[in-house]
Amino acid sequence: MGGFPILSAMTFLPLAGALIIMIVRAATAGSREASSSDTEGRTALLAGLIISGATFIASLAAFASFDASQPGYQLVEQYSWYRNISYKMGIDGLSISLILLTTFLIPICLLASWNSIHKRVTEYVVAFLVLETFIIGVFTALDLVLFYIFFEAGLIPMFLIIGIWGGKDKIYAAFKFFLYTLIGSLLMLVAVVYMYQTAGGSDFEILEKYSFDPNVQTWLWLAFMASFAVKLPMWPVHTWLPDAHVQAPTAGSVLLAGILLKMGGYGFLRFSLPMFPDASQLFQPFMFALAVIAIVYTSLVAWRQTDMKKLIAYSSVAHMGFVTLGVFAFNEAGVQGAIFQMLSHGLISGALFLIVGVVYDRMHTREIAAYGGLVHRMPVYATFFMLFTMANVGLPGTSGFIGEILTMVGGFQASTWAAAGAALGVIFSAVYMLTLYRRTVFGQITNPELNSIKDMNMIEWICIAPLAFLTILFGVAPNLIFNITEGSALRILNLMAGG
Amino acid sequence: MIDFTAMILAVGPELWLVAMALIGVLVGATLKDRFNNASIKFGALALFAAAAFSLMNYEGGEAFNGLVRTNMFVNFAKFVSYVLAGFALLASEGFLKRHGTIRYEYALLILLASFGMGMILSAADLMTLYMGVETLSLSSYVLAAFHRDSAKASEAGLKYFVLGALASGMLLYGASLVYGFSGSTEYVLIAAAEPSIGMMFGMVLMIVGLAFKVSAAPMHIWTPDVYEGAPTPVVAFFASAPKMASMVVFANVMFTMFSDVIDQWQLILCIIAGLSMIIGSLGALTQTNIKRLLGYSSIANMGYALVAVAAGKEFGAGPLLVFMTLYVIASLGLFMGVLAMRRKGGMVEGINELGGLMRKRPVLAIALSILIFSMAGLPPFGGFFGKWEVLSAGVEAGLMPVVIILVLASVVSLGYYLRLIKIMWFDEPTEKFEAIDGSVTLTVLLAALIAGILFLFFINALSGWASTAAMGLTG
Repeated sequence: MGGFPILSAMTFLPLAGALIIMIVRAATAGSREASSSDTEGRTALLAGLIISGATFIASLAAFASFDASQPGYQLVEQYSWYRNISYKMGIDGLSISLILLTTFLIPICLLASWNSIHKRVTEYVVAFLVLETFIIGVFTALDLVLFYIFFEAGLIPMFLIIGIWGGKDKIYAAFKFFLYTLIGSLLMLVAVVYMYQTAGGSDFEILEKYSFDPNVQTWLWLAFMASFAVKLPMWPVHTWLPDAHVQAPTAGSVLLAGILLKMGGYGFLRFSLPMFPDASQLFQPFMFALAVIAIVYTSLVAWRQTDMKKLIAYSSVAHMGFVTLGVFAFNEAGVQGAIFQMLSHGLISGALFLIVGVVYDRMHTREIAAYGGLVHRMPVYATFFMLFTMANVGLPGTSGFIGEILTMVGGFQASTWAAAGAALGVIFSAVYMLTLYRRTVFGQITNPELNSIKDMNMIEWICIAPLAFLTILFGVAPNLIFNITEGSALRILNLMAGG
Repeated sequence: MIDFTAMILAVGPELWLVAMALIGVLVGATLKDRFNNASIKFGALALFAAAAFSLMNYEGGEAFNGLVRTNMFVNFAKFVSYVLAGFALLASEGFLKRHGTIRYEYALLILLASFGMGMILSAADLMTLYMGVETLSLSSYVLAAFHRDSAKASEAGLKYFVLGALASGMLLYGASLVYGFSGSTEYVLIAAAEPSIGMMFGMVLMIVGLAFKVSAAPMHIWTPDVYEGAPTPVVAFFASAPKMASMVVFANVMFTMFSDVIDQWQLILCIIAGLSMIIGSLGALTQTNIKRLLGYSSIANMGYALVAVAAGKEFGAGPLLVFMTLYVIASLGLFMGVLAMRRKGGMVEGINELGGLMRKRPVLAIALSILIFSMAGLPPFGGFFGKWEVLSAGVEAGLMPVVIILVLASVVSLGYYLRLIKIMWFDEPTEKFEAIDGSVTLTVLLAALIAGILFLFFINALSGWASTAAMGLTG
């Protein structure tokens, strides 16, 4: 291979940046005055923005040297590390699209925190940058153990983000998030150890070629599922998500919904399907059932929420149900749709959390009942909110539509009933999203405090407008994404079919 | 004719240590209190030199007509133990000075305890083993009660002594049974002897005695009390060097003497391991005293290590060394953290006293967090690889049930590790700690750096050394 290790550079750039920020802070700690702590925070945020922006550019550079017509792993870097474990990185269409989503969302997260985070800002920026490294690592790792390290390491910064900068019940939410995710990943660890020993290595390409005994596959599949189902999250292990979302700061929610959940879908596509094809077939009805329950049940739950963030959190669970449906349809439409749905949901749910954050920063409440008539005071806000409401419902012309329709087409080919159940979810999503929109934006202003509320400011504009642009762009021209992901989607299905 | 070369090759570090301890006694008797301050550095230097000696004669050898025999496996453990003992001794100076108990006997007792560790590691004969165990234990009892004016310390010392004596008795009784039925006290000859019911009886009793020494359940009762009562620097020593030595001796006894009857003891060790993990992790959940909490956590960690022992010589020897090395370094570092918890009124030990440490002493807080996460086995910190090795050994040996217990116990243990993190990072700051001794800070930072981060890069080398060392067992 040779060449410049662009993937490692991209992965560890944020970590290096975080270290530099910490060192600079430690070096200037002596000369710092108590009153200037806010200036210090702004400087740290600015530095974080520059670093994450540079990471975005690095990921674009990686994308530029990526050849979408090749289905396999590209830009591979490999060094032997420890026993049969190697430090191996590479990308395919699936991972580069998720990496771009990550590097694109992180600067937005940091920018969105400009006015909402005032305490311990430097640590905040450091936590985000460290987390960015781990997330990119998850998507670039081509070695199961390396993947696992990144996958689990990401828990630590997220735990701190929820726990330090979260809302009222942040401690409870942080613990729940950590322990739920951990129990899943540790079961996966046992499976990883077993696979490593049976197949004699943990390289993806070795594991993809190795065919595990069908009985063993069942257990391995279940262990991996334990981890990814919590991460995705699937019903009934989704209960950590509403807590974590509600308590996390806005940027934390964006990151959680936008990227961290996608690790679950990524895991199913990267491991469960290609490495345990027999078990995946075996569990297909089970997964369909869980997906439909997630879609229908959490949609109904979302409808009854009084907290805006909780509503969007439950709607995330429902939308991830479509991803499960698509992945386990085992056909091109389903898998392509699932990948598309992940990306589109990353944009839409991220934007929706930002939208909630806008009014939360002004009113310090997320209760739907406290709002109403926002359209009179905040017309621009109402427009953006409308756009993303529609996108979340799956209106044609937005990216949400493409993801839902494709996963359902895929699901329909595999099971009529599953697709029919999922279709029910589309209707429900219209119910709860439109209810939310009507009760917050339309109507008369009932809460007198709303009379002085201001419309979106420049920073909020810069955060939300690109998301709106991409949501519409991908809704109108979905091939922009399909061209990238097609190769890897077909490759996964080929591997599954034993090719 | 005495073969000095063979003696030095086999037990050079131990001869050096006992000589230094005796010289220390003479110097102390002459200089009296004037030796007190210098004794710490004297002892630490002696220990670091002993560590260097054990590396120089890494291949080991045999001496005293087969009473001692060393190989790479035990020399690896010797090296780690001596280095840690040296750091534990160095870091205790400030504490002892402030409590007015800086006496040269302290350093000499640590030297003698370390000599005991060296002897059990070098033992190739039941008699040497027992003598070593007693040397280590007697020194430890005195060290635990070193603050003789403190009721808690005296209680800890007494409790340790009574229970320890019982355990030593069991070990001795077991050893005598093994001797009686095999006709020899030498490991090699015992291993070659025809296994009989009586010998298995003796083996089980020996397991009981050794399990007490490593504080594995159900012989763990003393651990939290001794950890809480004994002076903190002494606990820091207990939790690091002797832990490493005892665990490796445990493995050495099982692997050399009883390797062929693994089917007889594998289940016992699995049960001990499982119980330790369950009791340790559940017990720690409700603790509010940091030393007790770490005591329970050490019980759980000994359970993890015993999984590697239970996996047998072939699979478990290398992983055991990797795991124990990473664990004892983290353990020493964490106790150094406890040593740093000092307010105007003296030492504080409640976990809530760590509140908001991140804002008061960020460097210490980050170092301790790394150590905690490393001990919890979370990637990307070094402790993950210790756990990975143990899990591999367990899976390779087909011990699936105990592997699952290990995983579940890890989740439970995260409950209290995270509580510590929460207190340090999320809670409102409490009053700032007093200035920390340089040696304490140095040890914490070194431990965090080594166990937490550097092993990420050197794990290949460490596991390589450990595998080579494990080959010393068979070769």
